[in-house]
Amino acid sequence: MLRRLAIRVMVLLVLTSGTVYVGWRWLFSVNWPNWWIALPLVLAETYSLIDAYLFGTTMWRLKERGEAPPPPAGATVDVFITTYNEPVEMVAATAAAARAIAHPHSTWVLDDGDRPEMRAACEELGVGYVTRSQDWADRPRHAKAGNLNNALFRTEGEFLLILDADQVPDPTILDRTLGWFTDPEVALVQTPQYFTNVTGSDPLGSQAPLFYGPIQQGKDGWNAAFFCGSNAVLRREALMQLGIVGYVRQVDDAVREALRTSGRILDRAARRSSRSDLATATAIRAVRAAVRQARSDLDGGAPVSEVTYAFQRELDVVSRSTVDRDVEAIRADLAALAAEHPVEEDEELGLPVIDEEAMARLAQREWSPLGAVASVRALVDSVDVHRHDEAQPMMPLATVSVTEDMATCMRLHGLGWRSVYHHEVLAHGLAPEDLQTMLQQRLRWSQGTLQVMLRENPLVQRGLSLGQRLMYFATMWSYLSGFAAVAYLAAPIVYLCFGVLPVKAYGLEFLSYFLPYVVLNQLLFFVVGYGVKTWRGHQYSLALFPLWIRACWTAAANVWFGKPLGFVVTPKTRPTGHRPFPWRLVWPQLLAMAALVVAVVIGVLRLVLDLSDSFIGTGVNTLWVAYDLLVLSVIIEAARFRAPEEERTVQEESA
Amino acid sequence: MNEYETQVHGGVTVVRAPDRLDMVAAPKLKQLVDRTVQEGDGRVVVDLGGTSFVDSSGLGALIGGLKTARQAGGDLRIAAAGEQVTMVLRLTNLDRILKPHPGVEDAARGW
Repeated sequence: MLRRLAIRVMVLLVLTSGTVYVGWRWLFSVNWPNWWIALPLVLAETYSLIDAYLFGTTMWRLKERGEAPPPPAGATVDVFITTYNEPVEMVAATAAAARAIAHPHSTWVLDDGDRPEMRAACEELGVGYVTRSQDWADRPRHAKAGNLNNALFRTEGEFLLILDADQVPDPTILDRTLGWFTDPEVALVQTPQYFTNVTGSDPLGSQAPLFYGPIQQGKDGWNAAFFCGSNAVLRREALMQLGIVGYVRQVDDAVREALRTSGRILDRAARRSSRSDLATATAIRAVRAAVRQARSDLDGGAPVSEVTYAFQRELDVVSRSTVDRDVEAIRADLAALAAEHPVEEDEELGLPVIDEEAMARLAQREWSPLGAVASVRALVDSVDVHRHDEAQPMMPLATVSVTEDMATCMRLHGLGWRSVYHHEVLAHGLAPEDLQTMLQQRLRWSQGTLQVMLRENPLVQRGLSLGQRLMYFATMWSYLSGFAAVAYLAAPIVYLCFGVLPVKAYGLEFLSYFLPYVVLNQLLFFVVGYGVKTWRGHQYSLALFPLWIRACWTAAANVWFGKPLGFVVTPKTRPTGHRPFPWRLVWPQLLAMAALVVAVVIGVLRLVLDLSDSFIGTGVNTLWVAYDLLVLSVIIEAARFRAPEEERTVQEESA
Repeated sequence: MNEYETQVHGGVTVVRAPDRLDMVAAPKLKQLVDRTVQEGDGRVVVDLGGTSFVDSSGLGALIGGLKTARQAGGDLRIAAAGEQVTMVLRLTNLDRILKPHPGVEDAARGW
């Protein structure tokens, strides 16, 4: 309680001093003649202030839950271990630990790689083995979300524990977490992700103690604890509801879209065919009338299922009347033939009879004459409720993003479900062990988060409370830091090298506004992150600026222009053999560091040669450069980092 | 849309039907057979070797063509019908009128 009070006081102080500082910047100290650097810098500072507000809001309701109640009696649980290409021994070790979980449950390995040796390992362990059903052939696979969705319909436990292939669970994981589900509105319990193959200094910044700690606890206070894809327990009923709601919405959208576009296409087809062929023109007009009827029924509020059923029946009628007309013509022709030139083959039997059964068959969808018009054929498939373009009609886990977790969680919250952050390490996993793998993983997360922000902006999602909207937005906002970082790196360089001032003066007035804000901000992090190492996270939010920027433009190009993301599954094993210093991965940061060092040298020279007269300006900017260098230095440490070479056992002995 | 190929073999005109002999393609086949019957001696073989699908309109065009040909003193035969076409002909009992010949050569023989 005292901690929460201290945090709240600090938040108020930081936000007050920050607002005063940034207000002073905009109103009195932007050096407009140098707007090309002055404006980016003040925008970057405003970005950071908004970030501080969002962080402050998160911390305001920090929630430390403590122990869960005892698990609900007779709870049934499926444990899902998702894998694609991880080593079989690693998955088997996780599966063996999952089998050993104390609470009654069934263990399933969800193998998207469909590997015989994985199946054999599962049989040997006596755990379930699930691969994609035939329905998924030639349809979108939706990566991990698709893998989980497939398994959801092959199992029946009331709750689902989801584990990545490397996350070895503690035997008590279910007993410790299931109790939160005694609240019938709870859909999700997330536990931290903790990595065992990480040294104390954690040069790759794998542990996320600020996120799996104060940030999740703060989000939890707003009923917005995030689902993070692994080490989480979900309520099947909630996921199924999500699947049904999503299914209904998507069918509704797809039907409306098909009816809307087909109207125009049918108009054109009718015009074209009426000149050459009366029969086709008649059929197309009848279909067009059915489309109009369906649209007006939908607009009038009729249920999609009824509208699509009526539409399909109407098409059947049109089809059947076309067949009837054709058969009538055939009969007339045959009669004319018989009158003039008796049919030789079967004179004693008379004319062949086309019976009702044959006519009905000719009118069915498969053989229908309406299939001749391609636009009608497409329409018949679209204006239906079975989602012929997807492997299964229901996709409980969101497929809108490469990271299924955040989108799924946001939709659960939108439906009114609650989530819980249980702050206790109950699974031990493996983090990437080299820079390249780590960068791929960060890129994927940030791309996924930004995809969700662009496709389903949390600020306007129905069903979310204001606090929840802000909690989702806060995470997305933090991924825009790359642009601010560029301004923070460029401003001191420009000042030290050329004396170009983005601020009217780096004098005592500047310091009197700036220092309280920056000092209080550091104190807030000290109070919030007391006892955990938050420095790595700070470093990476600035030092990975090229990656954050890349994530922004690839996600935007993907969502707006349908460009592929260049998505990769994060490997869980490290590459072997000699690896040289990865210049290719870190050159932008090295270039920035070199420029910063050169800038300080030039800045000092300018002061000595009397080209500059501001000691404070040079001093402030030199300190600023020192801070930038300190932050960026993590990337060199990370690039030089080599994981210890000794053979490491994958399976953890649980403590 | 579908352009039909026709060839003349010793007085017999061979018309090659399109992949889908359906409501859109049928009127053109009927027109083509009519014209062939007027211009030649009325013996037409419709080659269904490239046809994977026929609907009731396609059947109508074939029977209509047969009527035109017979009325002009000629005949229409079908050759090389595939699985679906054979099934539809059998279902409608029209195989008794339009006997499917295995190939174009067999159909043109014995006229």
